[in-house]
Order: sequence, then C-alpha cells, then structure tokens
Amino acid sequence: MGNLSASIMDNVICGNSDLNSPIRKGQPGVKELVQQALQEGMAPQEILNEGLVKGMDVIGKRFKANEIYVPEVLIAARAMKAGMEILKKPLAASGAKPVGTMIIGTVKGDLHDIGKNLVAMMMEGAGFQIIDLEIDVPKEKFMTAMRQYPEAIVGMSALLTNTMVGMEGNIKAFRESGLTNPVIIGGAPVDEEFANKIHADGYARDAATAVDVSKQILGIK
Amino acid sequence: MILIGELLNSTRGPIRRAMADRDEKNIQELAKKQESAGAGYLDVNAGAFAEKELEFLEWLIRTVREVTPLPLCIDSPKPEALALGASLAQGDLMLNSLTAEEDKIQSVLPLVKEFNAKVIALPMDQSGLSDDEEKIFSIACHLIERLVKEGIEPDRIFLDPLIRPISTNSSCGQIVLNLLLRIRKEFPDVHRVCGLSNISFGLPKRKLLNRVFLTMSMACGLDAAIVDPLDRELMAELRAAEALVGNDPFCMNYIQLARSGALDDKD
Repeated sequence: MGNLSASIMDNVICGNSDLNSPIRKGQPGVKELVQQALQEGMAPQEILNEGLVKGMDVIGKRFKANEIYVPEVLIAARAMKAGMEILKKPLAASGAKPVGTMIIGTVKGDLHDIGKNLVAMMMEGAGFQIIDLEIDVPKEKFMTAMRQYPEAIVGMSALLTNTMVGMEGNIKAFRESGLTNPVIIGGAPVDEEFANKIHADGYARDAATAVDVSKQILGIK
Repeated sequence: MILIGELLNSTRGPIRRAMADRDEKNIQELAKKQESAGAGYLDVNAGAFAEKELEFLEWLIRTVREVTPLPLCIDSPKPEALALGASLAQGDLMLNSLTAEEDKIQSVLPLVKEFNAKVIALPMDQSGLSDDEEKIFSIACHLIERLVKEGIEPDRIFLDPLIRPISTNSSCGQIVLNLLLRIRKEFPDVHRVCGLSNISFGLPKRKLLNRVFLTMSMACGLDAAIVDPLDRELMAELRAAEALVGNDPFCMNYIQLARSGALDDKD
C-alpha cells in the first residue's frame, strides 16, 4: 500500500489528474489511484496525508525555490482536486477533520483574484478547508465568516495600493469586535513592513509561503 | 507608437528607496534617461507610500519637473492622487486610470474634463476581472461610448484591454490580440495601450514573453505601451515592429537607429 500512496504523490506532482488528462495520457491518474487505494482498504486520511498532501508539499517547496512555475502548480492542484473529489465522502464518513480552516478573499474594492486563487489552492493542497469569500469583500463579510469559524485563519489580499490600505481598517475592526482569528496578508504591493505596521499576524510573499506561515501561526507541525 | 516610461514607479523596490531617501539626483537621472530613450510620457506613481502617497507624489512630480517638461502619466487608483498630480503636472497629461466601476467614473471623469487630460480606460466593472472576451469587449464599448458622450474626444481615450497572465489561462494572450483588433475596428480613433508585463506572470524568462507579446500586439493595433524604454532589446524589437507594421515611413527611423548602433545586440 505504501507504493500506492507514493504513486498518488508522484501523479499529483506531475499533474496527472486522471486517465484522460494530457499528462501521462492513458495511464491511471490521481483519480483512479485514489479509487484503487480506497478499494484496497487504505484509510482515507492516509491517502490524503501520504498521497495528496505530500505531493502538494513537494510542489510548494519547488515553487518557492523557483524550480517550477505557475502552470505546473496549477496542473498539480487540479490533479490533487481530482483525488479530493473521490476522497471527500469517505473522509467525512471517517470523521476526519481538515488540519485547519482558512477564510480567504480580496479586500473591498479589489477585484484581482489570481494571487488569492493560488493561495487557496496551495492551502487546500496542504489539507486546509477553504472558505472562499471571493473578491471585493467588505469587512463585515469577513467578520461573519470569522464568527462562524472561530478557529480559522484569515487570508486577505490586495493588488492595488489604495485597497491595500483597507487591510488596516479591517484588522482594527476585527480586533475591536473581539474577533481573535489570526490574519495573514499578501499581494503585490504588500510587504513585511506593512504587515507589521497594521498588526497583521503574518505576511506571505507567495502562495507556498502562505501555507508555511499559516501552519506556523496555528502551530501545525 | 506612444511610449509611456514606466520606471518612476514606487512599487519598484529601488525607486521606492530612492523616493524614501528623497534622492532627487537618482529620480531626475531616470527621468532624463527615459526621455532620451524615446518616452513620450513619464509614468509617475507614489502608491507604495499608502497614506503618504500624496506627499510623495507631489515631491516626485516637482523633482521630475525640474529637469524635463515631458508630459506625465499620473498613475494611481486613488482619485485624490490623480487630482493632485493633474494640478501639478503642467502641460499635456495622462491619467492612469479609469475603470467602468461607477464610483471611478464619477470621481475620475471630472478630472479628465477639467484638465483636458488623456485617460487610460480599463474595461472592468464591479463584477471583477474576466477571461471572457465578449464580456470585456462589451464593457469596453460601453465605457468608450460613455466617455465620448461626456465630451471626451476618442483620441484622448487609451483603452487597455487588461492583460491577464497566460500562466493561469493559456488563452489570455489570444484574447488580448482579438480585443485589440476588435477595438481598432469599432473605434479607430481610440488609442490602444497595454501594460505588458502581466502576460508573463508566473513563467520563466519573462522579458522574452513580454517582448514577443509586444510585437504581436503591435501587429494587432497596439499604438501605445507602458514600457521600460531603457530595455535595449525591447526597444530594438519595438522599433523593428514599427517599421514592419508600416508606422515608420520609408523605414527612416529604423535605418537611422541601426546606423547609430541602437539596434545592436550589445552595448
């Protein structure tokens, strides 16, 4: 069975989502391999951790080291998702919980979602549940989600210099209303200095770093 | 080809540091260099300074104005910054930018009128950015029609079809090329401009993609671009493309540049 999880991991890394995908065309992909693993009685949690998450972990490390590029991350994430589709029900049935939850969105006035989507993808690949509030998210909407998921970490992004400023007001409003969820921020004009200034709990310069920073803040190994 | 020099932008690390240090000499040198390399406008952006944007923008414009009368392209998503920049710029002026979001139109359009400015128009509305060519085209048409109805002459409008990276959707390059052709056909007097570097986000050898996409876009009607005029390779290809698409009568500019050594591979 160890071989099977290694094979799932390998197919996540190369982006072979299923039999019909153009990557390794005609060979079973993550979808079929996850089905096979379930049939052979492997625990859903093990398939997730040892196959899908480990694969995305390698992708994250390579991406951070500039060894691979955005399209390679995307096809890996797509392959991971193909496996998750199969795994969702058995995982829920087994009572397994996600390693954490992230509430994510671009801040009010900002409609640029590419970076936000990459972060959501990498976080999902690390085993997080994603509450995607999409774009142009007013602070009240973040706060509603934060009340609903008090354990969740919040990820806010901005591409524009004028919407970036809104992050400060958001964090202030969160804290004033007693919400303690940690908040990390990112986006082209954002940097560590700005994150410190507005009392964000973390800053991530790219999607792979967002995973590391979130895990560190939440105390996940 | 109308070139907007992109270097005086505070979101670029070295420029932000130069601005933070109030390094006039450095800024003025970059302004002059861009001018002599062929920039028709100088983009000025102080957005990285967040709540101190206005203060730094004023300093930046005054600093640039000491050495060159070249038209400025005031670059900010903040209408107050565009207003301040416009009041300081003197002479011909471009505002970067206006979107189809109603609040943006309400706040930027009066400035375009008051300062008789040119304006970069982005076809995006409240619903967000899209990879749907028909949707972008329809927003672009409505935006241009609205601006013209408000009395802005078509040749003061620079439509930017909003480049999205091919790393997240392989069709994004083709969509921009199609849009350039369609906008040129529908509104021949409206200028077509791009900030090129988005196209290559997330990919290796970005400058190569940017250069090739510039020449492809020029073939489809791009007649203005926000570029680094000090990038020799890019500029050489741009000049060659101008000759190739018929914008360089008798290829005189191309020949002259070749003689001067500006088109040679190395410095």
